[in-house]
Amino acid sequence: METNLQGRPRLGEKLLEGSFFCCACISIVTTVVVICILAFETYGFFVEIPITDFLFGTEWTPLLQPKSYGILPLLCGTLMIVVGSSLVALPVGIAAAVYLSEYASDRVRNIVKPVLEILAGIPTVVYGFFALTFITPMLQAIFESTHVFNAASAAIVVGIMVLPMVASMCDDALQSVPDSLREGAYSLGATSFEVTTRIVLPAALSGIFASFVLAISRAIGETMAVTLAAGATPNFTLNPLESIQTMTAYIVQVSLGDTPAGTLTYKTLFAVAALLFTLTLALNLTASAVMRRFKETYE
Amino acid sequence: MEISEQKLTVLDIQNVSISYGGDLAVRNVSMPIFEKTITAIIGPSGCGKSTLLRSFNRMNDFIENVEQSGKITLNRQDLYGAGVDPVEVRLRVGMVFQKPNPFPKSIFRNVAWGPTINGLSGDIEERVITALQQAALWDEVKDRLQDSALNLSGGQQQRLCIARALAMKPEVILMDEPCSALDPVSTSRIEDLLFELKREYTIVIVTHNMQQAARVSEYTAFLENGILVEFGDTDQVFTRPENHRTEEYVTGRFG
Repeated sequence: METNLQGRPRLGEKLLEGSFFCCACISIVTTVVVICILAFETYGFFVEIPITDFLFGTEWTPLLQPKSYGILPLLCGTLMIVVGSSLVALPVGIAAAVYLSEYASDRVRNIVKPVLEILAGIPTVVYGFFALTFITPMLQAIFESTHVFNAASAAIVVGIMVLPMVASMCDDALQSVPDSLREGAYSLGATSFEVTTRIVLPAALSGIFASFVLAISRAIGETMAVTLAAGATPNFTLNPLESIQTMTAYIVQVSLGDTPAGTLTYKTLFAVAALLFTLTLALNLTASAVMRRFKETYE
Repeated sequence: MEISEQKLTVLDIQNVSISYGGDLAVRNVSMPIFEKTITAIIGPSGCGKSTLLRSFNRMNDFIENVEQSGKITLNRQDLYGAGVDPVEVRLRVGMVFQKPNPFPKSIFRNVAWGPTINGLSGDIEERVITALQQAALWDEVKDRLQDSALNLSGGQQQRLCIARALAMKPEVILMDEPCSALDPVSTSRIEDLLFELKREYTIVIVTHNMQQAARVSEYTAFLENGILVEFGDTDQVFTRPENHRTEEYVTGRFG
């Protein structure tokens, strides 16, 4: 009798494999298409406006006469949101993560961690509304000169918004530090504070750093809350109590209006978006480069 | 139990029982640990030997739902007495773990870490050098003290962890299966090291390797299901055990 090792053709498997491949391609193709359109329209913008005027100009009035296309006011607005929200989210996020990971009992942890994750799921427009109706009046009670729309309120609310993500990611980073390191430190007569600050936090540095970069990326890209709370005045100022406009808020403002395609105003959208994209991309690239250098491997 | 010569009792374990969430892991164990000797705790996996060892420097404090009764004294001071700070206990009773666990820092800073955070007096550098020499690691690392400890081999890492414990000049060193993750060559180096160390230190070593216990220790405790079946001179425990369970275990009939 002859042994037959020839299998039957598996047509279904091949089909499935093909469709999985197509799904994987979709994300790549979309990214490439988006970048191409962005680059094309941005190029169109810089044909009419010199890139130096765009990058170093201090007036942003593409919708008013005389028209001016200096990005600095928008960049400055975005930066204020980033710095302000980082001041809120990073220290509080780390502290919360240290508490959760190093001090909290299992019972507390099992309650707080899911709550953090729920907090991360609240729509951002709700946060914007919260800033407008709750944080701004509070700021006005403290500083009388606070405008109705102001950078501080938006920055605080963006900070609160990214806080759960920072806390949760830092907590994961701390948890991934092996217990054997903690035990080693305790066995040398260290207190929990010394173990946390000198062994666990340094060992978790790359993860903590990653959470910071993601938080900053989100703050740069955050749109709804800052559009609602920070206003639509491209002020070149560092005063957080004044109304400002961020890059994202400008894109919203113009997209909502009836700007005809192909006009210069229309093209500003793409120039701003391209800058936004470059910033976040650069941030992510630095992050992965730094993380590769800091990464310690454990068994 | 016959003890050939009377030595000073450093650690005294009296009627110690330890349970995890109601399950007894150690049952009413009493035994002495004598000064400048090596005591081996042997027994099958899960017999409670690590749990018992970890109670000597209060490392079980970190595990939730642990209950302990009985008394453990270090030089007649109750380790679990009211007002006793576990940090102070661990300053005097050091520990080496099953798997080498160097900190992700340089070789020098690994050894200097304990003395530095505890603000111990004297020259830190001298302490580090002495500890590395005592741990028989100095010759291999003296030219690269600033290298990361994680670049060392497993055996070197474990000797580094021993040096780290020695730098604190503890009264007792606990070793929880320190060779179980190492190859035979590294293991024999650590065993040689133990002979040197017992001139100055009191050592308690948990091991699942009976040959190791027979080679390095003067006293042996045999634990089974959390019960101390036998404690005595290592020679006597291995050649003339009083209990038939001990005999069966040391001759390899079970476990």
